[in-house]
Amino acid sequence: MATETIIWLIPLPPLLAFFLIVLFTNRWKALSHSIAVSAAGLSWLGSMIVFFRALGTEEFGKHIFASAINWLPTGKTFLQVGVQIDPLSAVVLFFVGWTVLMIFIYSVGYHNYGQPAGDHDHAGLPPHGATVTDEHGHSHTVLSVEPMYSRFFAFIGLFAFGMYTLVVSDNLLTLFVGWEIMGLCSYLLIGFWYAKPSARNAAVKAFMTTRVGDVFMLLGLAYLYSATGTLNYRAIFYNEEVLHVLSTTATPIFGLTAAGLIGLLLFIGTVGKSAQWPLHIWLPDAMEGPTPVSAMIHAATMVSAGVYMVIRIFPLLTAGWVEGTALTPTMNIVAFIGAFTALFAATIAVAQNDIKKVLAYSTISQLGFMIAALGVGAYVAAVFHLVTHAFFKALLFLGSGSVIHGMEHGVLHTGDHHVDPQDMWNMGGLRKKMPITFWTFLIGGFALSGFPIITAGFWSKDEILADAFNNGHWVVFATLAIAALLTAFYTMRQITLTFLGEPRTKEAENASETPWTMTAPLVILSVFAVGYGWVGIPEDFPVLGGLQSHLFHWFHGFVGATLLEEPKALPFSAWPLLTSLVVALGGLTLGWLVYKNVKAGQRDPLENPLGGIYPYLKNKWYCDEFYAQYVVKPVTWVCEVFTPWMDRSVIDGILHSVARVSLSIGHVLRNYFDKPIINELIGDGIADVFWRGQAIRKIQTGRIQSYLIGSVSVLIVIAALLYYYK
Amino acid sequence: MEFVSTHLLTTILFFPVIAALIILFLPSDQVKLIRWTALLSSLVPLGLTIWVWTRFDSNMAGFQFQEQYPWYDALNSTFHLGIDGLSLTMVLLTTLLTPLALLASFGITDKVKAYMMLFLFLEAGMLGVFMALDLLIFFVFWEIGLVPMYFLINQWGSPKGEREIWGGIKVSARNYASLKFMIYTMAGSLGLLLAIQLLGVLFQNYDLAYLYKQWNALPADGVMMGMSVATVKTVAFWAFVIAFALKVPVWPFHTWLPDAHTEAPTAGSMILAGVLLKLGAYGFLRLVLPLYPQQAQEYAPWMAFLATMAIVFGAFASYGQTDFKRLVAYSSVNHMGFVLLGIAAAAKAIGTPDATIALNGAVLQMFNHGLSAAGMFFLVGVIYERTHTRNLEEFGGLFPLVPVYGSILIFTSMASLGLPGLNGFVSEFLVVRGSFPLLPVFTAISMIGLLFTGAYILKGIRKVLHGPLNEHWAHGEHRLTEINTREILVMAPLMIMILVLGIWPMGLLDVINKAMVMLFH
Repeated sequence: MATETIIWLIPLPPLLAFFLIVLFTNRWKALSHSIAVSAAGLSWLGSMIVFFRALGTEEFGKHIFASAINWLPTGKTFLQVGVQIDPLSAVVLFFVGWTVLMIFIYSVGYHNYGQPAGDHDHAGLPPHGATVTDEHGHSHTVLSVEPMYSRFFAFIGLFAFGMYTLVVSDNLLTLFVGWEIMGLCSYLLIGFWYAKPSARNAAVKAFMTTRVGDVFMLLGLAYLYSATGTLNYRAIFYNEEVLHVLSTTATPIFGLTAAGLIGLLLFIGTVGKSAQWPLHIWLPDAMEGPTPVSAMIHAATMVSAGVYMVIRIFPLLTAGWVEGTALTPTMNIVAFIGAFTALFAATIAVAQNDIKKVLAYSTISQLGFMIAALGVGAYVAAVFHLVTHAFFKALLFLGSGSVIHGMEHGVLHTGDHHVDPQDMWNMGGLRKKMPITFWTFLIGGFALSGFPIITAGFWSKDEILADAFNNGHWVVFATLAIAALLTAFYTMRQITLTFLGEPRTKEAENASETPWTMTAPLVILSVFAVGYGWVGIPEDFPVLGGLQSHLFHWFHGFVGATLLEEPKALPFSAWPLLTSLVVALGGLTLGWLVYKNVKAGQRDPLENPLGGIYPYLKNKWYCDEFYAQYVVKPVTWVCEVFTPWMDRSVIDGILHSVARVSLSIGHVLRNYFDKPIINELIGDGIADVFWRGQAIRKIQTGRIQSYLIGSVSVLIVIAALLYYYK
Repeated sequence: MEFVSTHLLTTILFFPVIAALIILFLPSDQVKLIRWTALLSSLVPLGLTIWVWTRFDSNMAGFQFQEQYPWYDALNSTFHLGIDGLSLTMVLLTTLLTPLALLASFGITDKVKAYMMLFLFLEAGMLGVFMALDLLIFFVFWEIGLVPMYFLINQWGSPKGEREIWGGIKVSARNYASLKFMIYTMAGSLGLLLAIQLLGVLFQNYDLAYLYKQWNALPADGVMMGMSVATVKTVAFWAFVIAFALKVPVWPFHTWLPDAHTEAPTAGSMILAGVLLKLGAYGFLRLVLPLYPQQAQEYAPWMAFLATMAIVFGAFASYGQTDFKRLVAYSSVNHMGFVLLGIAAAAKAIGTPDATIALNGAVLQMFNHGLSAAGMFFLVGVIYERTHTRNLEEFGGLFPLVPVYGSILIFTSMASLGLPGLNGFVSEFLVVRGSFPLLPVFTAISMIGLLFTGAYILKGIRKVLHGPLNEHWAHGEHRLTEINTREILVMAPLMIMILVLGIWPMGLLDVINKAMVMLFH
């Protein structure tokens, strides 16, 4: 099959699965998940074929796969949309294909396929467990199957469609389509257990917060489209002439160039989607969704899409900037937001107790790394970190889901439902109970921390630090280095509290390893969490740089070719490498030392040394409270008090007064003109009958007249005003 | 058939009237027969419209399927019908929504005969506006559409509810709403009639094609009735604009809309939002822009201002409601604001590519809003019929009870929200794209409205479907029943079109685009 045809087909199987499940097969669990998993498998297969064909193409950056059709008629021209795979989308397609397939398989186990239906389970609430009686007559409580099992697979199918659409798009408009479809799915999936008020509110919060970014992005799209007449990537970002015009056109806003302003508007979309400060608040709450959702939406795909878009528009962001010179204002903003978010979120992650919340903040922080990298012009490093992060963060989220699942098993065993299976303080010692989960989580955690040489996270994070260092962006470099230190620290804190030491609760003692459908994806992802770093070893790295095979070094050249002007490889420098080593190993060691001896019921050992700062970290710097007080409250007032007042009292008030005045005029005419004068003088009684008839019909019909009189008078006044002031 | 194929427009236009007259002679107690007669006969105009659609040549400029009959010779007014891509789109919307609204009205048990007849008259009135090529005919149909709607609200509206007007006087809410609707539109019509008479007196002719030419050929510095031509045109311009703005409705003339919608029967709301509001927007496109290009250009920022206010405050007000139907009603103000924004942008630079894109967006938005608003009102009606409340606070967690209804509600809500992949997005994107280069500030401000579109849509879903189940609806006599087959049949065509137009808008947009290019070159 022609490669272009395959690319067109890649997003379709999951969409088909969505419709099939929703319309026909939702009653049959096995059939539904088979359809969904096979669909994900087909898309995966297509992605791999395309990826390897791309690898095998000479000078792929110049000879990309592309195909387009007319979509919207715009006067005498058309807006074209189509598909395109260039080096950047090829590597993204690769990781999306793998993570999506793994998450689909994992979901089968996570939602307890094969377990009995729960005793008191309802659609809209997580399963509570079922009682079964074994052959000896003992009754046990076991995990029960998700009541909305099929629906889950339908939703993640639609979600996968959105992500694939975004990746294979050749233009920003269909990218936006995929982007928003994912937004909808994120809403539906975060609120999957919609009967829980917390889940329902988190879903709305996620949708609304990202929508703030989306409306800016839509403006950016409109601006870019009207300035260039197209939204196609190649026609804009691979076209020196267009970029030159955009970077030299001034706009009245903050002295930005058109390129800068469009870049900024689009970037705000990413701030929402990729949960960057100050729109990061939705992502931690999004952990209300089932864990595979968190992995998919909040690690591997949707939040990555935000970064992917900034990577896409990189030529626009940097238009007018020459490597080695001062950053453009927009790049400065991007770098600031990224670096600040990286550090800010890392500080919060340090003080969280919920195993998924830690990962959520770590995701925000890692996305900040990528954004900061793009802000300082480190294109390839950002892409590299995007890919490695997707693998190891998906692994960590799925691992945490496995832990929670194991803990839930323990909770059902003891029957104490007050124990929160997500609180790391209730865990400890799980390495013995859940060995596969432990080892894979350890790999993922080490990759996140940037454990030297063997993990993927090391190579990508090191490249970002090296890039910032070599180009003299000291502030960004220092901020990211501190954030990296904190990352290693809270990761080790998490691993120690969860898996090491002794169990702190009965539930942790009774935890058990999860089924193969959950552990197999963990194993496969951990292969990538290690191995994917090895494709991007800098060629002048000590010792390893000397590896002869191109396999170890292809990433930089391959991805760099996406740009018109390929970024230069950085010269090796010892300082950033040393920094990487120190922060990763230092953070890990520190995390282990502080938390290795935590006992049940003990307070966080950090609470005392941090003193007054600790509550700020614990309470996420009170961002939610700030928004509630200064954004939500005034807005609610405007909507619920001010606007109804304006409509009901002001506008309707004016209408009613007009009606009332005319009614009085009618009243006066009737009582002081008609009755005494016409009736008495003319005396034929006709007017009397007429008015009495009106009176019988009471106020209603009277108002028709008064309104009419009122409207005519208004019209006359308007006409007169126009006449005199014209 | 020979007669039908040569008199397609008149057949489409008068078939509902004939059907209504047939219904008049059916026995009143044969409710089923009346319903089915009405429904089946409303399918005829739809079928014929589709036939017209297939025979319509979108590349031909001017009006097609024209029919002209002598009507009022003394005034030189003829019964002149014809359609172009713009009116065809609107005719299709009308003939499509009417059968669905009639099917939705099968739950009506009170005075069924009168109800069905009024509905068919209403259809004829609306079709006449879209087909008329003579200003006087246009006006006649404009007024005809008003009367059935008044009675539909007044007689079949929700029986409960009171509205305080002044000094503690309370009136029945449906009387208040129907009267407000009537008076408001009549008030606008007065100016419209005067302005039409002005044109008629000047040219001794009411034919649109003729007026387009003659009126625009008047020298701007000429003198007419003691005033400069420009002044006369400005006054007439505002008379037209106010009449149409009241109907759209544009902020601050919108307060009749939530009242009328809330009190109207479900099918009445569907048609009110689906088609009647489009009459106003259609008036802008058919009469205001072609007849007053200079004035429209001059006052474009003002129109844009009002559009932006409608978008922003419509969304705010919608979010602030606790009544589900009012929430949806205000969403119409918000969505129709985008239509006017597109028209304002186009008025500012008529004939440019940006203006064409804005107009494409505006017309498509009219069609799209017709689909999604009709769907939303119907869905509100479905739940109201079962629970007899529209108060959002009294619902909650209904999704497990009515999964099919819930899924349909979410789907339609998403169309209303403008989710990409569904129809609303395409038109909103085109409007924003067309308006941005022409009216950047207003377009940017209207984004606030787009943001809050999300807020109120999600509020509706959150309050009705999500959250802890309100046990009141779970058991016994109050147990909420699932949407039935007839109701699904009402929604299915809407949902299919919403999806198809979202993915492949070309089929419709191509016709609209060509019409806009030829109309405003």
